[in-house]
Amino acid sequence: MTDFVVQDRALAKAKERAKALSAFRLGDLVFKNITLSAAVTVLVILGGVILSLIRGSIPAFHAMGFEFLTSQSWNPVTDKFGALPAIYGTVVTSLLAIVVAVPLGLGVAVFLTELCPMWARRPIGIAIELLAGIPSIIYGIWGLFIFAPFLQEYVQPAIIEFFAPIPFLSSVFAGPAYGIGTFTAGIILAIMILPFITSISRDVFSTVPPVLKEAAYGIGCTTWEVVRKVVIPYTRVGVVGGVMLGLGRALGETMAVTFIIGNAHKISGSLLAPGTTISATIANEFTEAVGDIYTSSLIALGLLLFLITFVVLAFARLMLMRLDQKGGKP
Amino acid sequence: MDIKKLMSVALVAAAASAFSVSAKAADISGAGATFPYPIYAKWADAYKKETNNGLNYQSIGSGGGIKQIKAKTVTFGATDAPLKAEELNESGLVQFPMVMGGIVPVINLDGVKAGEVVIDGATLAKIFLGEIKVWNDAALVKLNPKVKLPSTAIAVVHRSDGSGTSFNFTNYLSKVSADWKSKVGENASVEWPTGLGAKGNEGVAATVAQTKGAIGYVEYAYAKQNNLTNTDMVNKDGKTVAPKMASFQAAAANADWSVPGYYQILTEQPGAESWPITAATFILMYKQPADKAASDEALKFFDWAFTKGDKMASELDYIPMPAKVVALIKKTWAADIK
Repeated sequence: MTDFVVQDRALAKAKERAKALSAFRLGDLVFKNITLSAAVTVLVILGGVILSLIRGSIPAFHAMGFEFLTSQSWNPVTDKFGALPAIYGTVVTSLLAIVVAVPLGLGVAVFLTELCPMWARRPIGIAIELLAGIPSIIYGIWGLFIFAPFLQEYVQPAIIEFFAPIPFLSSVFAGPAYGIGTFTAGIILAIMILPFITSISRDVFSTVPPVLKEAAYGIGCTTWEVVRKVVIPYTRVGVVGGVMLGLGRALGETMAVTFIIGNAHKISGSLLAPGTTISATIANEFTEAVGDIYTSSLIALGLLLFLITFVVLAFARLMLMRLDQKGGKP
Repeated sequence: MDIKKLMSVALVAAAASAFSVSAKAADISGAGATFPYPIYAKWADAYKKETNNGLNYQSIGSGGGIKQIKAKTVTFGATDAPLKAEELNESGLVQFPMVMGGIVPVINLDGVKAGEVVIDGATLAKIFLGEIKVWNDAALVKLNPKVKLPSTAIAVVHRSDGSGTSFNFTNYLSKVSADWKSKVGENASVEWPTGLGAKGNEGVAATVAQTKGAIGYVEYAYAKQNNLTNTDMVNKDGKTVAPKMASFQAAAANADWSVPGYYQILTEQPGAESWPITAATFILMYKQPADKAASDEALKFFDWAFTKGDKMASELDYIPMPAKVVALIKKTWAADIK
């Protein structure tokens, strides 16, 4: 009798356990599927965007063929479009921004983590992060009304004069000084991506174990040597990641650039001359693009921007992998 | 991250402002040219007060207006570049002019005031072709013997978006310069040989105001409101004229509107007083509208604007259509719009 009761109780317990376990399993299954569908949604959206970009750009490639990538002409009258000036402008403004922003951003980050007195770190850090919070249209308006006239009046004439006697560079910095142009757009982009580079570098710099730095200081290294030989090698991956994030933003930035680049479909030898970028062209012309080929050319530009961004990011990954192999684990 | 939050706030704000006007279904809906937007907005405001019927006009540009009416998302489209009669027939559209205005060259030169510099068509074309590069070029000095022109480089400013203003401006340059016609041509957007591009009339106005040595072209109201330095021009009769109501009206008076689809471009009109770059702006509607009631409401609004809107138009430096043209237009409505 008692045996029976005990057995019965054990059976009930086992049943209960199985029930609870299956409830857990069910919960896990539901959870897994929810997260899976979230991931799939992103992939579907991405695929949809790529597909619709490709579909939309077929008429342009059909009409212009490979010339769409190599032609400098952008002529709505004859319906002949070439993407080269926009590609050139996009790449040059972004590179200019990186060239200016990386040393500046790293300098700020090193100062904030290594040299700055404690009480000043937070205010300076917050000020730089605030730069990231300014909407891009504000940069555009500020660039057009304040920065460009300032450059035209005071900075660009001096640059033109300074480089005039130097061969090659004299044509890279040739006049006339408009204020507006590729150079100005690059500088504004540099200001816009500065906070990304700075705050990410600062965050990764502060992950360097103090013991490494103290050891370096202990054997008589200067701050410069510590930064160059210890901090930068240790945080290389993070720093490059921040730079790439900045580059990604610079490539796609639209409104600020549209205001100050001059929107001219031309490749000029001079950095001071007006140019255009892919996103500025689309923003300027899409609403007024009449005719299938015009609209399709703008969509094709969008596809190209997508590809450029993808290639840049892929290249960055590749570079990081090679750095890792060469330098070993950080 | 904070930027994302900011961006989404901005997006929501933009969306809210874009849709707040269109929320009421009963409103007359139209889209198109930016050039007449100030006067359409003013008319719509007065009309709403009088009749309680609203107008939702999206100033997205002439090309956009044509696209929208062809897609039948609006009751009327508005464009500064008129469609040719064949294209109208093909798509079953009716076209009529609504109001006229002037396009003026504006410059930014230290010490030079409005109306001091005179430019003729050929010189203007050469400047926009990039052949005249400095302000003290012989051609400009010859036209302006009394003005001390500096050796500053000329910064040409043009529209970066497609626009009816550009259409009329390039149409004018094509009429006065064979070179311009063969090298560039006329269109809402063209392949500009030189210069800086700026978005919208307001963008050109701002860029000219900020750039030393600049020359651009804007609708007259934008030049006036922004206190820009306009130039005078030499017209078809060889007379120097200043941009003002009287000279715009003189150009409009000589136009022959009795052509199919009112296809009439008012640049380079004859007459001693005529301003050479005058332009009309047009409305596009369907002959057989899908929504008859909405179409009738729109016509009522245009009728009201022709009857009561002249004074408001003049206040904003637009030129109302002459009475006999309005009579013609009303005949077209009665005959064509079913």
